[in-house]
Amino acid sequence: MGGNIAWKEHAATVAGCGLHYMRAGSGRSLLVLHHDIGTVERLPFYDALAARFDVIVPHHPGWGRSERPAWLRHPRDIAAIYQWLLADLGVSDVCPVGLGFGGWIAAEMASLAPQRFRRLALLNPMGIKPPEGEIADQAILSYIAYPMLGFHDEAAFKRVYGDVSTDQLEAWDIAREMSFRTAWKPYMYSQTLPHLLGGVRAPALIVWGAENRIVPVSAGEAYRSALRDATLTVLPGAGHFIEMERPDESAKLVSDFAGAN
Amino acid sequence: MHLMYFTEQPMSAYDAQEGLKYGATALTFSNKHFDPVEGSRLYNQYLEEYIYAEECGADGIMLNEHHNAPFCMQAKANVFASILAAVTKRVKIVLLGNPLPLADNPIRLAEELAMIDMISKGRLVSGFVRGGGQEQLATGVNPAFNRERFQEAHDLIVKTWTQPGPFRWEGTHYQHRVVNPWAVPLQKPYPRVWIPGVLSKETVIWAAQHRYPYIALNTSIEATKVIWDLYDKVAEEAGYTAGPENRGYLIRVHVQDTEEKAVKNAKQFMWMQGEFTGLAHPVWANPAGYFSPSGRRGFVEFAVGRAKNPRGNPTFEEQRQNMMIVCGTPDQCIERLKTLMEATRPGIFGFWANDGNVSAEDSRNCIRLLCQEVMPAIREHGKKLGLKSPFEAEAPVSIDYSTDLRRAAAE
Repeated sequence: MGGNIAWKEHAATVAGCGLHYMRAGSGRSLLVLHHDIGTVERLPFYDALAARFDVIVPHHPGWGRSERPAWLRHPRDIAAIYQWLLADLGVSDVCPVGLGFGGWIAAEMASLAPQRFRRLALLNPMGIKPPEGEIADQAILSYIAYPMLGFHDEAAFKRVYGDVSTDQLEAWDIAREMSFRTAWKPYMYSQTLPHLLGGVRAPALIVWGAENRIVPVSAGEAYRSALRDATLTVLPGAGHFIEMERPDESAKLVSDFAGAN
Repeated sequence: MHLMYFTEQPMSAYDAQEGLKYGATALTFSNKHFDPVEGSRLYNQYLEEYIYAEECGADGIMLNEHHNAPFCMQAKANVFASILAAVTKRVKIVLLGNPLPLADNPIRLAEELAMIDMISKGRLVSGFVRGGGQEQLATGVNPAFNRERFQEAHDLIVKTWTQPGPFRWEGTHYQHRVVNPWAVPLQKPYPRVWIPGVLSKETVIWAAQHRYPYIALNTSIEATKVIWDLYDKVAEEAGYTAGPENRGYLIRVHVQDTEEKAVKNAKQFMWMQGEFTGLAHPVWANPAGYFSPSGRRGFVEFAVGRAKNPRGNPTFEEQRQNMMIVCGTPDQCIERLKTLMEATRPGIFGFWANDGNVSAEDSRNCIRLLCQEVMPAIREHGKKLGLKSPFEAEAPVSIDYSTDLRRAAAE
């Protein structure tokens, strides 16, 4: 599925910051927001979505190939940058697809503009303090140990990252630095976000890996309660990086949800 | 020369096997292995030793602080500095130093230091450090803003010390409505600031730009020369010529009556498996954003076990050989230290004399021999070599208080 998708690289300048994004496909727009560990260039999950939608995958400011704004302090800043980007792109029918840390950004975007989106898809989103358990702290874990913790199936990690190149390690260090710059304390959640999600009009799909060792599923339940129209789907045998671990199922869930009228 | 006594204040009374079993002796190594009864005994022993070092003739007592680790019991350098301000009479109290980025309220630090300066009747040397990577994690301070916080906290403290309040501070990392602490330092314009360090080029450059002495922490002779070359170059650009008064050096040295006993005790310098800050994961010692970006690629390879520690991991014998550890009888130590002085020409010399599990009796004996036999010979040799301390050279406290800057360079 989707092996021949033609991705194009784009550059934009938003808030004085050079942003890199990839785009492919046509139809309704999906804004796919990557994890705290950044993203590789191509993923089967992205291809599967681009077979049916106009898919926009930016590198967060400071991550990957996007420039670092020295002033950036919070995922809410990134949310505002992406609202600006969407306005510049002139896309209107948009469903953000937030992955982990990107899910937090997506939720902030929705809370800032409760009528902006038609639908909202959150896969293992960070951003809310789990009522039970804690968000795993990457600061005390090594570069490979942390991403690996987010995979239930180690073979899936190997499939995506292989033996892990030094370039990838460097990218993870930069991603980690950006995570610290934007989400150091409280670590990976906002104390105000749960109170602000109730205004969001868009129906929300929340997907959780039952074996998520980075963000406990109790945070998924908290998201469902905070949003006015949300479903929580828990996939057994999957971890935090669910779109890399189970690309077909994840893409089908998102496609069915985002494609519905 | 200015000759100081230093110890890390090791919390040696824990079961080393537990650390080996756990695989780390820092940050997450449980404090259930800390015994406060032993802690009380050791704190008091170290206090007695500082007093003894003064009695025996040391010019200064150097203090530091670390967190969550047995290699150093001092969690707050200002606590011991306050005690020494009251119980000693003559020695300089040299803090190397307060980790500025850990402070959420630098004004409080400025006040504490002013109090210590007044209580000690002007004997404070107020060094500042960035704090190790692990300290940021242990205290919840964002490592990615470490250097920015260091510089801003420094600027705020110096302003607090030198400009009458009240004033307002609206900075990037610090905002204060009313800066107007009642206590200000006795020493004018402000207590001397010395900057210790081991690795970062950026810190050497910053120290030289401010004309603050840089104290190289037990670096190899070769690495020390590289540091001075950089410092000297930046100094020239800033409009002054650096000399021994800008240079400090900390060396591990253990003295006893016999070489055999000295070697036996000096091996305790390796008690943390040769790691100054204990066994720790590299990402604790260098959290993302803490480290110089120029070293990123080498560091990530080291952190996942693909490359060797860029600092190396020399054995005790190798460190003795290359003079990163000096031990022996007073005469043997004097001879080695003279070689070090000739090679690195410091005006400030710190002697890290006791570490790990050295008995109280041996520690005391080491202090006596160091201060009564080694230091006088070093002082004499320093005179011959023209190695003046910042006090002897009457060096300005900082570049802003320099009257000898070459104008063209300074502009």
